[in-house]
Amino acid sequence: MSRHSLSVHGLVAGYGDRTILHGLDLDVLPGRITAIVGANACGKSTLLRSMSRLLTPRAGQVLLDGKAIHKMPPRRVAQVMGLLPQSPTAPEGITVADLVSRGRHPHHGILSRWSPADDAAVAAALEATRTVELAERAVDELSGGQRQRVWIAMALAQQTDLLLLDEPTTFLDISHQVEVLDLLTDLNHRRGTTVVMVLHDLNLAARYADHLVAMVGGRLHAQGTPEAVLTAENVRAVFGLDSRIIPDPTSGRPMMLPIGRHRMA
Amino acid sequence: MTATLLIRTGRLRRARRRMAVIGGALILLLAGFALTLMQGQSFVPPGDVLRVLAGHDVPGASFTVGQLRLPRAALSVLAGLSFGLGGAAFQIMLRNPLASPDIIGISRGASAAAVFGIVVLGIDGPMLSVLAVLAALGVAVMIHGLSHRGGVSGTRLILVGIGVSAMLESFIAYTLSRAPSWDLIEAMRWLTGSVNGAQLSLALPLLVSLAVFGGLLVSRARDLESLRLGDDTAAALGTNVARTRLLVIVAAVGLIAVATAVTGPVAFVAFLAGPIAARILGPNGSVLIPAGLVGALLVLAGDYVGQFLLPTRFPVGVVTGALGAPYLIYLIVRVNRAGGSL
Ligand SMILES: Nc1ncnc2c1ncn2[C@@H]1O[C@H](COP(=O)(O)OP(=O)(O)O)[C@@H](O)[C@H]1O
Ligand SMILES: [Mg+2]
Repeated sequence: MSRHSLSVHGLVAGYGDRTILHGLDLDVLPGRITAIVGANACGKSTLLRSMSRLLTPRAGQVLLDGKAIHKMPPRRVAQVMGLLPQSPTAPEGITVADLVSRGRHPHHGILSRWSPADDAAVAAALEATRTVELAERAVDELSGGQRQRVWIAMALAQQTDLLLLDEPTTFLDISHQVEVLDLLTDLNHRRGTTVVMVLHDLNLAARYADHLVAMVGGRLHAQGTPEAVLTAENVRAVFGLDSRIIPDPTSGRPMMLPIGRHRMA
Repeated sequence: MTATLLIRTGRLRRARRRMAVIGGALILLLAGFALTLMQGQSFVPPGDVLRVLAGHDVPGASFTVGQLRLPRAALSVLAGLSFGLGGAAFQIMLRNPLASPDIIGISRGASAAAVFGIVVLGIDGPMLSVLAVLAALGVAVMIHGLSHRGGVSGTRLILVGIGVSAMLESFIAYTLSRAPSWDLIEAMRWLTGSVNGAQLSLALPLLVSLAVFGGLLVSRARDLESLRLGDDTAAALGTNVARTRLLVIVAAVGLIAVATAVTGPVAFVAFLAGPIAARILGPNGSVLIPAGLVGALLVLAGDYVGQFLLPTRFPVGVVTGALGAPYLIYLIVRVNRAGGSL
């Protein structure tokens, strides 16, 4: 079970003289899966980067276990919270085993040595992502789906209670998308890991998330259960798109069918 | 369970290969060092070399080995270590082999200040070295400041650095054009690296710089290595990115500047050492220490070649420059094509 709490209070953040997030409040449900959705450039990545201490807020704060995250040492934060950035880059030639081992970084100081527990953590991460047989391969030779699993393995090797992922399924074909989301759900069920992820596909978000967060222009537009958030009005407000919502015959969760200008019966 | 075993054996194999590369480089360096003490214009047998090193007076060898060859070899190794470590640190930090201090104007800053000091201010000795070190630091700060726009991007810093380097180059040319001929010889030492007329006393500042700055870099090797994953991933893994960058810049510039003050900017050693070491080492851990050793080998071997294996004598910087220039062209062509990295 997740022991750590994460919340956002009146968060204002941006780059240079541009403000991207305009006062945002969010309580992450411990031990649950939260999906953040919103149009391109509405500030999803900026929110995730602020929540994981990468970006310092202009105003407001992010609290990890009740303490301001930006006042905490980065290593301490990284021991309880992992982040997989949007499209991370692997150094040329690095092997899968080496990359996944980097996930152990926050658990080591200048002098500490690699331990059997580190090997076990890396192995467990490879097994969970079914990448054991790739261990000695170079990351830049892998397919997109394999590579994404390897990056997730690195975040898993970090063994954090909180895991933030920025578009972990983008650029994957549909079967790999489902596979990644199943994997994260397994992790959530088995270890109680709190998952917060940015997703592009509304239907997959509604199916896999316990809690859905919709953003518009750097503000929180709606949050709650998928049933409460995935409504035609919200889709219109968030994406400027007409749609119909029907129950997903497989999961019973809401499912969005877009309505365009053509091919209407 | 079996996966754990697999990870463990893979890790141990990487560690073994790494130790083999480092050990091999050390042996090569030691052999090269011994060789340059024995063989030069004349041959001095190993026994005599050892007696000189032990402080005995050996007629016919004490001067050649003790006063000429030993200072030369010692400064070559120490300066080479400094160039190799400092250059690789920049390349790793900015994820680009072009980001070496001799490409982005930091070494040029030291040269320009020294030439200015000699020709315009008329100073020399330690004062001049201090001026050169300060100028290198100043150029580093300036490049960093100029390329800072909501975070420093590696590419921007490299481009700004190349521009600054070109400006300094023309400043040097202008200053030299106004210099009296007797200053030219002294100024030349600051333009092409050389260990001619090396004195053993100059090993001390290099040793101190290696202990302080080199020690700092090596102790930060793991954080530095994490920067190769990108700033966001490194930060998410608990690396204090801004502080690591600052420490690495200060330490690497310190190493480069002090070495430049002693030997002049031995061309392209900082630039070449990292990529050569990376090629030899493969994906087996941080390239930092191997790059230091490769740097030392480059200067030692380059000086030997320049002294004895070419028709006329050349300072070491000419030899390493001839080696580095084609590689620079190759890199620019390749990076232009594929956006590659170290
Ligand atoms: N490093 C940066 N510097 C300047 N502006 C940025 C940076 N990263 C993102 N932005 C801008 O901030 C806005 C929000 O970006 P982002 O949070 O990445 O959106 P999303 O993830 O929702 O697509 C965009 O307009 C983007 O151009
Ligand atoms: Mg984004």
